[in-house]
Amino acid sequence: MRGVEEVAFFAGAIGALGGAIAVIALRNPFYSVLALVVHLVSLAGLFLILHAEFLAAAQVVVYAGAIVVLYVFVAAYVGGIEEPLWEPIPGQRFIGPLLAAALFVELSIAVLGTALAGLDTEGPTIPLDFGSPAAIGELFLERFLIAFEAASILLLIAAVGAVVLAGKRAAPGGAGGGPAGDPHEAAGDRGETQSQLGRVAPDGAPTGAPPEAA
Amino acid sequence: MDLTWYLVLSALLFATGAAGVLIRRSPLVILLCLELMLNAGNLALLAFARANGDEDGQIFALVVMVVAACEVVVGLGLIVAMYRRRLPLNVDEMRSLRG
Amino acid sequence: MSATTYGWLVLAFPLAGSLVCGLGFRGLPGRSAGWIATAAIFAAFVSAVGALFMLLDHPAEERELTSSLWDYASAAGLDIKLGILVDPLSVFMCLIVSGVSALIHLYSVTYMASDRGLARYFSYLNFFVFSMLLLVLAGNFALLIVGWAFVGFASYALISFWYRRETATKAGMKAFVINVIGDVGLVLAAFFIFREIGSFDYLEVFEAAPETFAVNDGTAIAICVGIMVGAFAKSAQLPLHTWLPDAMEGPTPVSALIHAATMVTAGVYLIARTHSLFEVAPTAADIAAFTGLATLIFAASVALVVTDIKRIIAYSTISQIGYMIVGVGIGAYAAGLFHLMTHAFFKALLFMAAGSIIGAMAGVQNIDRMSGFRRALPFTGALLAVGALALAGAPPFSGWLSKDEILVFAAERGGFYWIFAIGGYIAAAMTAFYAFRITFRVLYGELCMEARELEEGYLAHSEPANPLTGEPEDTEVGFPGPGHYIAERATPMKIAMAILGLLAAIAGVLQLPGLTDAIDGFLEPTFEDSPLAHVHPATSSAYIGLAVGAAMAAVGIGLAYYLYVVAPGTTDRIRARARAAYAFLSHKWYFDELYDAVVYRPLIAVGSFANSVVERVVVDGLVSATVGAVRGVGVLVRDAQSGFVRAYALLLIAGFAALGLYFLIAAS
Repeated sequence: MRGVEEVAFFAGAIGALGGAIAVIALRNPFYSVLALVVHLVSLAGLFLILHAEFLAAAQVVVYAGAIVVLYVFVAAYVGGIEEPLWEPIPGQRFIGPLLAAALFVELSIAVLGTALAGLDTEGPTIPLDFGSPAAIGELFLERFLIAFEAASILLLIAAVGAVVLAGKRAAPGGAGGGPAGDPHEAAGDRGETQSQLGRVAPDGAPTGAPPEAA
Repeated sequence: MDLTWYLVLSALLFATGAAGVLIRRSPLVILLCLELMLNAGNLALLAFARANGDEDGQIFALVVMVVAACEVVVGLGLIVAMYRRRLPLNVDEMRSLRG
Repeated sequence: MSATTYGWLVLAFPLAGSLVCGLGFRGLPGRSAGWIATAAIFAAFVSAVGALFMLLDHPAEERELTSSLWDYASAAGLDIKLGILVDPLSVFMCLIVSGVSALIHLYSVTYMASDRGLARYFSYLNFFVFSMLLLVLAGNFALLIVGWAFVGFASYALISFWYRRETATKAGMKAFVINVIGDVGLVLAAFFIFREIGSFDYLEVFEAAPETFAVNDGTAIAICVGIMVGAFAKSAQLPLHTWLPDAMEGPTPVSALIHAATMVTAGVYLIARTHSLFEVAPTAADIAAFTGLATLIFAASVALVVTDIKRIIAYSTISQIGYMIVGVGIGAYAAGLFHLMTHAFFKALLFMAAGSIIGAMAGVQNIDRMSGFRRALPFTGALLAVGALALAGAPPFSGWLSKDEILVFAAERGGFYWIFAIGGYIAAAMTAFYAFRITFRVLYGELCMEARELEEGYLAHSEPANPLTGEPEDTEVGFPGPGHYIAERATPMKIAMAILGLLAAIAGVLQLPGLTDAIDGFLEPTFEDSPLAHVHPATSSAYIGLAVGAAMAAVGIGLAYYLYVVAPGTTDRIRARARAAYAFLSHKWYFDELYDAVVYRPLIAVGSFANSVVERVVVDGLVSATVGAVRGVGVLVRDAQSGFVRAYALLLIAGFAALGLYFLIAAS
């Protein structure tokens, strides 16, 4: 069913590309996050065409499900960021996209002009359970066990790191924070947390007005 | 679809992400563009896995996803920490490491 | 215990003494450092005597014993051992060195008693004796050079012993520099020997020498010239003699030991030891002999006019060593070494007496200020006279017999060697003159102030000052101590001087021509391979020579008597009339000025040119230019560190794109 495959490919490609361009072009970061969701789901579709079912599912669940949600939370917390119009680095606005385009052109030349024969084919005939969770799981736990374990440790470290970085305590990491900044930011932290707690009142429903101004 | 299409698409997505990193100033959006680049890489990996009939590429892509997740977690933690300390969320303002 | 074991003991005792005094000086009470050091050298002398007896137990052909402790280097054709050679020559030298050193140590115990650097002095002195014994006992050229260098260092350390006195440190440096010139010669000679013969070991080299070299072969002459340069630097012969008079800045016992009896004789020992090489290159031996002759006449002439008592005796040393060099140069090895022995006795004695007199004069060394000590210093005066008689070659003292033996040998060899005999006898008259110049000047005449006080029982004292320049000093460490000692009041000094006086008087009996030839016979195994060893002057010519020598001595003594006792003002009148000659002699034939102009000033000029141009402009300029360039590049590159993350990202992507471009182009 080659036709279906082509249509599906182009649909996914357009979705991915559109989402990507929207991510970099939209002013409001919240909208950029939403554009990313579109991009990710389109990619999941492309993965399906490539017979990577487990990965498509993982993409939707992990990426579009968890990671994007994280982004949404932080975007909501942080709020809108004003990006000034003027550019402090001379020429960055023009050279940046130019270089990216140059990169794309080079990669395309490399891909299109290559002598690698296999690129023009569709690939060998693959077994039916190619890319199935069973196959992936078997590979993970047999051949790539160390990678599996290492990835787990990495996740653990990342989680601990995030808690350490974002947690409230006196003067972590920043020397510029210093003693002068401490009582202020500690008070500010406590103030914020308390106001957050205030928002989620003991009766379980977020109150409209916080007891003190955040 | 033969492999070339996927690779060109992957290159295009990668270049888009790179352009985004270079022109956006909000750290949050820069992280998003990093996600774009990582996903482009994943796409290329999976395309090659399909072309070789080998699932190792999919394993690789899965691990890349894990790494991307960790990186996002830490990056967002940084942004939250920056916000907490009332630092301007603008990478151009963070330039005390100048030579 | 075998002879070689005694040989090692001879080396071990002074080294141990030096280490104990040097390292343990804080724990040694009072003057015990001196007694320990003296005991060490005395033990070395006893071991040398033991070595002598053990050696005599062997039959004459087997008296060349070697012993080695370990191999320094045995690779690539080298075979250098820490080995000693115990044979008649080395035992002879050991006995003289350790014997005279023991007596000088005994003398020093009192002489240096008030010096605050007493332990340092004795440590250095013991180290010197150790190095001299090492030099003498060495069994190969490598160890010889080690001993040679150590002796040079010890000499430097002892000359500049009173290190806060600028004249002393300058003299030490001068001595060291000239010694280094000699070291270079010796080391080059050793290299040539190794190249031609392939070994450093004495016995191997001396056996192979006649076979490896043709007579007067160029390389052989070069080797001998190298050895001669070393010998002349160490023995203060022309033209490397200028350090010895200045070396009188050291304490008087040091002058007695190093610059009379032992170190300066190292050159004579060296030429005697390497006689096989000199006999293969007779031209070099002749050069050595002529240099010795020139030196002995030069030094005797200068000694006629200088006024510092120690410097007169120093020039006398230079002159007498000239005799010894003539002796070993013309082949009279045993005679030259016999003169070495007797010279050690009477020269050390003269220095000791001079030390006592300087003590009585409270540090003044100018003989024009000394007079009339005949009654005030009876013991010192008597021994001064004994030493002077031996030096002058008056019968029957030892100097008479030993000096004339050399000159008679020269006459016996005939041909142009007569010039040595004639020059030697003329210089003998000059020697007698200056020896008695000192004696009559110091002992006779009107009593000087210090002599008058001493007759009443008071030893003169004065403010401490530099005897050469007169600048005032203090008595802290690095300067001489406050005490002055005379032999009459110090028993150790008396004992040492008495023993040396006795030896100076009677040592001649060892080689009475025709009657005894103890030295000749003892040294024969070492020199038997020399064709010249079989040249024995007839007894009658020996006695004629002795008679001529006695006559020369009489002439010199008589002239001195006339000029200094009978008609005391005559010398001033002569000086006034012959001003130019007097200036020439008293400036030591202008050698110092010559070296200053020819060597010192050009080197200083080269040095300051190198400093101002090469160092400041070229080297510093290069370094600053490099620094400036690097800094400039840094300034340029610093702009890239703007602090903007996006700029860095831009550079990253740009680099990536450039790399990709390169690979694309390279692949097509």
